[in-house]
Amino acid sequence: MAVPRFGHGSRVPGWDAPVDLEKDPAEIPGVGGSPSPEVPDGLRAQIEAHMANYPDRRSAALPALEAAQRVHGWCSPEAIEQVAYVMGVTPAYLESVATFYDMLENAPVGRHDVYVCTNISCSLCGADELLAQVRAAVAGAPDGAAEFNVRAFECLGACDIAPMASVDGVYVGPLTAEDVPRLLEDARAGRPVLPEKQLARKLVADPHANSREFPLHDAEPARRAR
Amino acid sequence: MAAPTATREGDREGREPILLFKDIDEPGLATREVYERRGGYSSLRKALQMSPEEVLEQLKTSGIRGRGGAGFAMGTKVSFLPKGQMDKYLVCNADESEPGTFKDRELMQKTPHMLIEGIAIASYAAGANRCFIYVRGEYVLQADVLDAALAEAREAGYVGEDVLGSGHSMTLVVHRGAGAYICGEETGLLDSLEGKRGNPRLKPPFPAVQGLYQGPTLINNVETLATVPAIIAMGGEQYAKLGVETSTGTKLVSVSGHVQRPGNYEIELGIPSREIVYGLAGGPPEGRRVKCWFPGGSSSPVLKEEDLDVPYDFNSLAGAGSMLGSGAIIVVDDSTPILDVAMKTAKFYRHESCGKCTPCREGTNWTVKMLERIDDGEATPMDLDIMASVQEHIIGNCLCVLGDAMAMPIGSMIAKFKDELEAHMEQARLRRGLNGAGASDAALQAQGALDA
Repeated sequence: MAVPRFGHGSRVPGWDAPVDLEKDPAEIPGVGGSPSPEVPDGLRAQIEAHMANYPDRRSAALPALEAAQRVHGWCSPEAIEQVAYVMGVTPAYLESVATFYDMLENAPVGRHDVYVCTNISCSLCGADELLAQVRAAVAGAPDGAAEFNVRAFECLGACDIAPMASVDGVYVGPLTAEDVPRLLEDARAGRPVLPEKQLARKLVADPHANSREFPLHDAEPARRAR
Repeated sequence: MAAPTATREGDREGREPILLFKDIDEPGLATREVYERRGGYSSLRKALQMSPEEVLEQLKTSGIRGRGGAGFAMGTKVSFLPKGQMDKYLVCNADESEPGTFKDRELMQKTPHMLIEGIAIASYAAGANRCFIYVRGEYVLQADVLDAALAEAREAGYVGEDVLGSGHSMTLVVHRGAGAYICGEETGLLDSLEGKRGNPRLKPPFPAVQGLYQGPTLINNVETLATVPAIIAMGGEQYAKLGVETSTGTKLVSVSGHVQRPGNYEIELGIPSREIVYGLAGGPPEGRRVKCWFPGGSSSPVLKEEDLDVPYDFNSLAGAGSMLGSGAIIVVDDSTPILDVAMKTAKFYRHESCGKCTPCREGTNWTVKMLERIDDGEATPMDLDIMASVQEHIIGNCLCVLGDAMAMPIGSMIAKFKDELEAHMEQARLRRGLNGAGASDAALQAQGALDA
């Protein structure tokens, strides 16, 4: 069996561009003579508000990176540098955090997140086929890669509507092949995604919970994409 | 599924009392106005009339065990916190990531004030002055609902300086994660809340002694804390009468997979598992049988159909060789090969292993590779024994139980479905060998060399 090898002979990708060992590690931006980056006002205010919530400002790393990702589209070197500057930490520290979490992107991605849950319960109900259909529909669109960030995600905590997807944070399911085109169209147009299939609307399954009949809940509005 | 669930009053006769899910779909329950109209925050007022020790005593008497997975007695956990004036922390674990679990989501989304009230009472009992809700990043709606409810609770003086004039002060912050299963492990969660990678810590010291920011920390699941107002309202002794001796109270169970009515159900602990899987969730689709079921999320060892008569409580399930875990039942019917279930399980833990401890990082990876060998027809019968031994070498050898959480279900699948796995292996091997000679699956089936 042929084992794929990469440029440097390793079986592991990603080590083709070693760090520049001659260069000093990046310092905290704006400290000790290193240049201060420009930070958009809104972003700075958000990060500072997050830092004020905690006894230790570093606790704001996740919300701050998330806020920066909204502005920049992904955790780009500029985004990391801006957050590092406002928080007073090194970019390397934030990079270590950003590379750990699934929802922080380390490369440019499409504007709309489409997370398809492919964990046990959803895959028992056909999630793998659903993911293939979503991928095919996105691949078929000329601007698919720029518009959609389709990912197979681990359990999203909505096995009651399996197979399901989270579209810009809005949970929809159970999904069939017929729902895929409209799901993508709704996201693209900034409309509420598949309102009749949203988790937010559902009543609890337990027949003994509600003592009388209640109406379905309201659908979620469209959430902001990148 | 889409039709609203009408409730028949008559059905309630003799059934378990509903504590958490009572009229949970009432419009506006997420607002303070409706929650208070239904008697909300009266438990907080009642608790603040008592001393913190008396509240703690109620929690101990109630016998409530943690609803997040480990099943540790909550009252005991609270009592581990050192006494005296110092910064103490209370963290609500809302990083509900265990595959198959979605009960906390329903609570946070529909009755956020119940959770906030529970946190306020627990913080009073534990003397905690800084509280956090660590909610997983994927739960965008639920975190927004919590933020809105928290703003209302602050305004009304239920959270903040000098709560309702009692002298007890606490802050509460909703912290959003960013997608990592390991952050549901308590020490991984603490590292993540401190703004680091979510790597678990060595225990001891336990979080009760040295947790968040090195201070004493109480960590509890959403459901556990949301139950606290009910315990204070009815009294610990009364609560302890629900359920069975070692598993008191009611429990939310999330049923999913091959069942006709997947969803959340509130049950009294100790009812037969069959009543949940068949009675409430409707069992597998017509004409199919239960092949195996996870009683407590994907981390629990699988049980077979004959185990459905085991009472659904902590000790009975442990006695049957599994665990109640987070209360998430995943049902797999006979249409799915067990290898597919094992593969999904193993791949999940491989993806989510933080990589800190070698047995988990390597063990999850090698288990996936060996399962793929079986499917590719490259495995030999010896591989199952090797795989079982890999699982044994993971269990108990890591800082946290993520590795164990893969090793236990995979180990149970190898033990209970050995025949099926061997047959799968043999079929795959035949297919590979014979197809290599240029024959198609159809031709092989015609010859009788391959099962259809």
